[in-house]
Amino acid sequence: MQPRWLDGRLTSAVASEFIKPNDRLSSFDRLEIYNRVYWFRVLDCLYDDYPGLRAILGERKFGRLATAYLAKYPSTSFTLRNLGRHLEKFLREEPHWVTPNEELALDMARFEWAQVLAFDEAAAPPLRPDDVLDTPAAKLRLRLQPYLSLLELNYAVDKFLLAVKKREADILRDEASNTFDSMPRAKKRKRRIRLPKRERIYLAVHRHQNMLYYKRLEPAPFAILCSLGKGRSVEQACESALRGCKEKDCSRRLQEWFHDWSALGWLCRMRQRGRAAG
Amino acid sequence: MPANRFNNFTELGIGIGLRVPHYRHILEKKPVVDWFEIISENFMVDGGRPLEVLDQILEQYRVVQHGVAMYFGSADRLNREHLKKLKRLVRRTNTPWLSDHLCWGSVDGRYTHDLLPMPYTFTAAKATAANIRAARDFLEVPICVENVSSYAEFHASEMTEWEFLSEVVERADCGILLDVNNIYVSSQNHNFDPYEYLNNVPHHRVGQIHIAGHSKFEKYILDTHDHPVRDPVWKMYAHALELVGKTATLLEWDDRIPSFGEVHNEALKANQFVEKELETVPA
Ligand SMILES: [Fe+2]
Repeated sequence: MQPRWLDGRLTSAVASEFIKPNDRLSSFDRLEIYNRVYWFRVLDCLYDDYPGLRAILGERKFGRLATAYLAKYPSTSFTLRNLGRHLEKFLREEPHWVTPNEELALDMARFEWAQVLAFDEAAAPPLRPDDVLDTPAAKLRLRLQPYLSLLELNYAVDKFLLAVKKREADILRDEASNTFDSMPRAKKRKRRIRLPKRERIYLAVHRHQNMLYYKRLEPAPFAILCSLGKGRSVEQACESALRGCKEKDCSRRLQEWFHDWSALGWLCRMRQRGRAAG
Repeated sequence: MPANRFNNFTELGIGIGLRVPHYRHILEKKPVVDWFEIISENFMVDGGRPLEVLDQILEQYRVVQHGVAMYFGSADRLNREHLKKLKRLVRRTNTPWLSDHLCWGSVDGRYTHDLLPMPYTFTAAKATAANIRAARDFLEVPICVENVSSYAEFHASEMTEWEFLSEVVERADCGILLDVNNIYVSSQNHNFDPYEYLNNVPHHRVGQIHIAGHSKFEKYILDTHDHPVRDPVWKMYAHALELVGKTATLLEWDDRIPSFGEVHNEALKANQFVEKELETVPA
């Protein structure tokens, strides 16, 4: 706990004003128990939610980042599930915590937060063919599932995270089986996975049958989905994304994409606004 | 008081907390369990796997909701959005009663995610009771408040913890979730007689009992829920049953969680005390 209170007084003096000491612990000691439990709980939560970011930064640097982040953005939600909600914003505001991997760390933080959303964010009723039959493409607007995130990233964080998770699973399995291994466990734990190279990727992070998935997309379908998500009509979204595409090939591919997205349940009907009562 | 208005006149027996590491075992093997307690906040989500699991559990088992974030004792009024989400869950689970803690944990919209002890004052009792009443009126389900374990006491306190608990539940006209492990932990940390606590709460209001394990450190005891129940706590449990009668009991095991079978067996040890208690009750 910090030795000084916000107003500059000694924390021990402030604590003794409102907390009773007992025969074993001072007021400060008793407050310190709560302080320790608090930090343990919130740091542990970020530790679990951001294994990829942890692997990029290393444990110590991650700990410093998490502490600074929580000091600036303490929890404002009844559930710890939302604890990382402002991490992307924080990394944009204070990138020095993750130097020299600013962009990579930001990509990973966005990717890992998208997984939190994909896990238990709301699902809207998916679009049915009947919903759109009577609406021309110029007027048709769709929305995307709330649990779906579309990420344009500068690093292949998807592959990197898979490697991190595989390493953690290997360590757990070794610990469980207790088998002889040529590489000592501590060394294996520290084995760093090579950081990904710069590479532009387009990711959709979503769930299907309540399982979490991430799927790489090509630039054109990614752009269409982003436009739909921003409320553009289907015609507008497709036109701008496919400018320069040869007519015949285009329509076939469009059909394939929309077919895939419907099968995955990503497309939903726009909410009806101001439906008349009675 | 086996069945009373605070537990909606139910007699649920011995339950355990529903925890993620046991999901698969429960869904596949469908073991016989009297009831499960769920942490409400874990299921106050808008979709995905948690609700799918919950619905499958609800098909087979009786579920009671236990909250950790209502913070009846916070100076802020209860959060309306929180209550709305909770009510949606209450409708889903059809919980016979609902419990949360006699504590505070948020201030000015910031959350500690901890169960912080209250100053035992009449002003705090009044405000807390008002919050409990407001929650019950909104949620339309009986509420039991749980005594927490604590590591600090306040100079401002005007009464003992058990007097404060009694004051709050009488004012709110609500039930008590009596956590005997918490009483033990606090009694060791604050040098009081845990039996005096047990003897002096309104027994007719006890709707549920919690038992759990704790960890001993050199200068204090921490309520870690990562051990089997320790002997002094079992003794207190037996005494509690003498005072309140056979009551729905739940074992909490939240950290370093062993297999389902181990947790369930530990919980079922409570039956020995329940049976003994029944033998001594005159016909
Ligand atoms: Fe408890």
